[in-house]
Amino acid sequence: MTTLEPQPHQPPPREHYLNVSYGWKSWLFTTDHKRIAILYLASVSVMFLLGGIFAALIRMELLTPPGDLFQAETYNKLFTMHGVIMVFFFMIPAIPAVLGNFLIPIMLGAKDLAFPRINLLSWYLYMTGAGFTLYSLFYGGIDTGWTFYTPYSTVYSNTHVVSAALGIFISGFSSILTGLNFIVTIHKMRAPGLTWFRMPLFVWAHYATSLIQILGTPVIAATILLVALERVFHFGFFDPARGGDPVLFQHLFWFYSHPAVYIMILPAMGVISELVAGFSRKRIFGYHFVAMSSLAIAALSFLVWGHHMFISGQSAYAGLVFSALSFLVAIPSAIKVFNWTATLYKGSVSYDAPMLYVFAFLGLFTIGGLTGLFLASLGLDIHVTDTYFVVAHFHYVMVGGTTMAYLGGLHFWWPKITGKLYPEGWARLAALIVFIGFNLTFLPQFVLGYLGMPRRYHAYPEEFQVLHVLSSAGATILGVGYLLPMVYMVWSMRYGRHASANPWGAKGLEWETSSPPPTENFERQPIVNQEAYGYAPIPAEAHV
Amino acid sequence: MFSNSPFFPEQASSFARDVDLLYFFLVALTAFFTLLIAGLVAVFAIQYRRRSPHDRPDYVVEPKALEIAWIAVPLAIVVVIFFWSAYLYVAINRPPRNALDVYVVGKRWMWKVQHMTGQREINELHVPLGVPVKLSLTSEDVIHSFYVPAFRIKKDAVPGRYNVAWFEATRPGRYHLFCAEYCGTKHSTMIGWIDVMEPAQFQAWLAGGPAGASLAAAGQKLFSDLACVTCHRADTQGRGPNLEGVFGKPVKLEGGATVIADEEYIRESIVTPSAKIVAGYQPVMPTYQGLVSEEGLLQLIAYIQTLKGPGGEAPPPVTGPEPRDKAQGPRRP
Repeated sequence: MTTLEPQPHQPPPREHYLNVSYGWKSWLFTTDHKRIAILYLASVSVMFLLGGIFAALIRMELLTPPGDLFQAETYNKLFTMHGVIMVFFFMIPAIPAVLGNFLIPIMLGAKDLAFPRINLLSWYLYMTGAGFTLYSLFYGGIDTGWTFYTPYSTVYSNTHVVSAALGIFISGFSSILTGLNFIVTIHKMRAPGLTWFRMPLFVWAHYATSLIQILGTPVIAATILLVALERVFHFGFFDPARGGDPVLFQHLFWFYSHPAVYIMILPAMGVISELVAGFSRKRIFGYHFVAMSSLAIAALSFLVWGHHMFISGQSAYAGLVFSALSFLVAIPSAIKVFNWTATLYKGSVSYDAPMLYVFAFLGLFTIGGLTGLFLASLGLDIHVTDTYFVVAHFHYVMVGGTTMAYLGGLHFWWPKITGKLYPEGWARLAALIVFIGFNLTFLPQFVLGYLGMPRRYHAYPEEFQVLHVLSSAGATILGVGYLLPMVYMVWSMRYGRHASANPWGAKGLEWETSSPPPTENFERQPIVNQEAYGYAPIPAEAHV
Repeated sequence: MFSNSPFFPEQASSFARDVDLLYFFLVALTAFFTLLIAGLVAVFAIQYRRRSPHDRPDYVVEPKALEIAWIAVPLAIVVVIFFWSAYLYVAINRPPRNALDVYVVGKRWMWKVQHMTGQREINELHVPLGVPVKLSLTSEDVIHSFYVPAFRIKKDAVPGRYNVAWFEATRPGRYHLFCAEYCGTKHSTMIGWIDVMEPAQFQAWLAGGPAGASLAAAGQKLFSDLACVTCHRADTQGRGPNLEGVFGKPVKLEGGATVIADEEYIRESIVTPSAKIVAGYQPVMPTYQGLVSEEGLLQLIAYIQTLKGPGGEAPPPVTGPEPRDKAQGPRRP
């Protein structure tokens, strides 16, 4: 690992947030944003492991064309639980609730979030929601797909829809409260001198994310409530036999769930901005454009939900408008990718593990984003929607994008969070394995989708087998790549070398306090007197 | 092209080539930009690799022109793709007037097909080559989706409404029909076949099948069996409105609104009669929900379509479809 410190074995600071108190009460009743971040880290890791096990079982079933490993009903429950857990209990909270929670107050030079007790409440709501959802899992499962399409979910499914939906409903409030906490903190608790355009892009990205969380999540909460009411009390909202409209559900569901995609990717973009700057030791190229593109994505995210419904029978004119708006999302995404790439120019680029995840992200997110153009294209979407092409596309964005950034960020800030260094060699190896495994898993799925393989098929015609076998083979490699960090990071918490305050030589307030930071984050109130990423002085005429 | 490739779907409809052309363009675009970004990242990462832990690179000027260029170029590209794909979408959504009508009902877990001439099929659809076929899709239970990869078409079958799709097959053969919208336990078994036949063979198939009454005739029988005729009489004395010549025309409702009497309006008027009351009539009709199957509803609609205005001629006999242009013969790709 490239470190600036000649003596890595310096003792840790006498007291920090991890050793200030011990015992389960000091964790379960903590209001320290850093400890809450650790609680979230443990919870989302368990959920990720669980969702990953379901994915592995799905890929095992799909090795052969007939449905021979599981019953059809079991298979349907597996992909439903994989989707529900990964979307609602891993992707949405992962970066904001773990890295955002830990870093935003520190990056702002604040002692904590604006509402520390509400922050703890968020975690309890998340755990309660997860509890309900896991209850439906262990007491028979749920088979509606994570999309809960009506009238299947409200009338026909014989599985535990209500408890799973209740779990998502409750965890939605956790998301709303976290967003609210971030927005207030960013508005009110910035250190003296930390103007809006001096904030790290990680904070800008979380600001945009929080806007979506507080504006969008209430809609999914209301929608899920309607599903539960129709299922339990037989109201006729969505069931056509009772005068309802099943497509209305899709409008409501995607009004949240499309913006939710940006809840997952925007924080990842924030992480990538920090990592690109830190490992090329340069200010992010086009800082203002990157910051504003986050807000542009947040605004556009609410105007594109209808692109999930081009074949549902919605009016062709609506289809045209939603398609045009969806294409516009490509612009702010392109701005970011080009600016990150340009940041490397004349930088000092190192190849530490977090940066390897950045390289992977740049390639995979580019493919994920560009394949989004296929799906925004009206005439082409008709053929590829509801096939493995869509599955491949969103895994490139969600796994190739968000998960890569999450892992990169976790490695980058690991020394700050734990005060320990992870083993660099193992970490680089894991990043390489993840990249290879990921591509082998999901590239064949684009081909499968264009060939016509529908998604959510328990059994499939034989002509699709070769590509499915490739995909399953890739998934085993990907699985190894994900298990490795779980092992060596836990190992490093006990056996890792002590980290200095700034092992990367990076800029940012989080690197100015000790590793791990004291409970109040800084010994003295920091004062900011320069731009973000002040690796080199900015000439006066370059100020925007 | 690619017709024998295990990694590319057959092209068997008049849209297939156009959709594939856009696909290839986008694949090329994706490859170009991915290689561009990957190439730049690789070149910069190697050229500007960290040579010493104490490297402190200088500030690099950020030209505004560059920012504007990488906003303007992607914008121009997506505008082109939008119009290209919208043009395709409009064509795929606009069935020709002379199309052969086929009615499809999705049900867990099968596709039930009715031809105008009365043939009924399950998980099979026989169609003639070179003739546009218009599908009216609905569902008896949950949402299904009618997907024929070789034709590049897909449309949801939504309970309670009629969605329309169309295609013109350009190559004889048997093609997969998939359900593409998850519909429950045996979703992956909701697979059927489209049989594309030469028009002459298709006529022979129509003649050889166990054709009962035509769709409209079946509807007429249902119309009298359900005693619709007692109220919907062919004069103005009935308790319900006279249905002759109604189909496709505007209908004045109680309260002043007007609706076009299309398939969905007729369906709604049978299933939930109280939803829209024709001006001058009382809401006395009972619901027929559960009494008429989705297929029966389609038969009734087909029958009502054949009712001409007062004094008009009798319903025309339903015959088999004619190829669109006999002189040219079936169109080939």
